[in-house]
Amino acid sequence: MKRAQLVTGLILVGAVIVAALISLVWTPYDPIQVVPGQRLLGPGWPHLLGTDGFGIDIFSRLLVGARTTLIVGIISVGIAAVIGVPLGMLAGQVGGWLDQLVMRVSDVVYAFPALLLAILLASVFGASTLTAMVAIGVASIPAFARVARAGTLQVVASDFVLAARGAGTSRWGIAVRHVGPNIAPVVGVQASVGFATAILAEAALSYLGLGTPRPTPTWGNMLRDAQQYLFVAPLQAVWPGLAIAVAVLGFNLLGDGLRDYLDPRLREVP
Amino acid sequence: MSLLEVSDLGIEFGRRRVRALDGVSFTIEPGQRLGLIGESGSGKTVTALAIMGLLPPNAVVSGSVRLGGDELLGLNETELAKRRGNLVSMVFQEPMTALDPTMRVGRQVAEVLRLHAGTESGPARERVVAMLAEVGLDDPERVADSFPHQLSGGQRQRAILAMALINSPDLVICDEPTTALDVTVQAMVLQKLDEALTSSGAACLFITHDLAVVSQVCDQVMVMLDGRIVETGSVEKLFTNPEHPYTRGLVATARLDQVAPGQRLPVVEDFYSGGRR
Repeated sequence: MKRAQLVTGLILVGAVIVAALISLVWTPYDPIQVVPGQRLLGPGWPHLLGTDGFGIDIFSRLLVGARTTLIVGIISVGIAAVIGVPLGMLAGQVGGWLDQLVMRVSDVVYAFPALLLAILLASVFGASTLTAMVAIGVASIPAFARVARAGTLQVVASDFVLAARGAGTSRWGIAVRHVGPNIAPVVGVQASVGFATAILAEAALSYLGLGTPRPTPTWGNMLRDAQQYLFVAPLQAVWPGLAIAVAVLGFNLLGDGLRDYLDPRLREVP
Repeated sequence: MSLLEVSDLGIEFGRRRVRALDGVSFTIEPGQRLGLIGESGSGKTVTALAIMGLLPPNAVVSGSVRLGGDELLGLNETELAKRRGNLVSMVFQEPMTALDPTMRVGRQVAEVLRLHAGTESGPARERVVAMLAEVGLDDPERVADSFPHQLSGGQRQRAILAMALINSPDLVICDEPTTALDVTVQAMVLQKLDEALTSSGAACLFITHDLAVVSQVCDQVMVMLDGRIVETGSVEKLFTNPEHPYTRGLVATARLDQVAPGQRLPVVEDFYSGGRR
């Protein structure tokens, strides 16, 4: 039963990855080229999911959109983890005023809405995939810092760290050899959940026109395009919406599944 | 010159200055084995941590701890780290938690060599396997490649012993190394510790609350009560002619074979009741 979550998550996430990989080498139709004669076709053959208001094949755009979604997820989670995890470890291991400083600053960032930050960045640097990734990444730093700090506090208080210090390991050595490997599982879970958040945030930003601009297809701006034909061709909005739901659900299930799988207290005795 | 000289060591904790140790003084000569017994909370582990420099930051330490003539109190973390594992090492009480669950046991034992002797991992592995065999592990190759959760408590405690002994320190501090083990494994671990100490010539501060264990390993014993050392002497003297009433109580409660059937068993309070907090 515990495994079911993990497996379902892996399958859904795997489907998104496969879609992105396929789009690199092949799409049924050109995902960008406007074809005036074939606007707003319903699902069928040869356009599997129909065409949008520009006459572009929706299935092709969905495949390419998976690529953008994954890239945004990877980069923004990467930014958040690379900055947040060392900060959290530093705060947890050094403690005192440094801990207070890092955590209070991260509280402030946490309280600042990611969307507002994205609007700010987009208005200064112009709307692009990069500004969306940076905004999402920066907004997710506190979550990683908190998880890393909590894990570090637990590890640093353990007997094996005392024993390692007793063997002459330096603070740096403790961080790299003992704290790092021991908090890796919780950071991994956070990364998976953070991925889901990033996908949702990217879709929201693209929908608002603050993320990846047209004509590059993303699930968010596909939703936006579909909006104006909502009463003419309602199915058009369903496909990207479904894709977003599947990806977010997949990463959330993967995160929850990993958490259960890695937590020894919840592990079933074979 | 004595190997370890502790004089007038006092430790207080926190803002409320709770006194954990008060005027503790003793010396350990090279190769000597000194036992430290006392009930839980009497200050045995705090003494060990003070020598290692591993006390938490809220401890206020006074007095002097000299190792090989050098004062250890007041040294910074870098200087202490050079000495830990090299001149002095420690065996911890809990075999279940004193090993990192994410690191293979062999690598963990080799850490000490890597840190102090700069040994490459190839030659280090041979020494690790040899050391694991020396502390009485039957299948040292397999143990070295295992993660801690794959080993039993006794195996882990012997791996911890190997970790403390592999870099041939001058002083090994053992903090209740056998308390968490069952009696048969305890006897075996003590015997291996005894052999390893004899072959390396290291001195040992052996902390325990068990009189039987102390008599197996040590020749000199100190009795600690509420942060003070109340009696020092050879093991025989302590057993046959204890002076302090608390020590008399300890010895009497350990000698239950001398109690006639039907009589009430002795407790420490029959001999010593003063000064309890």
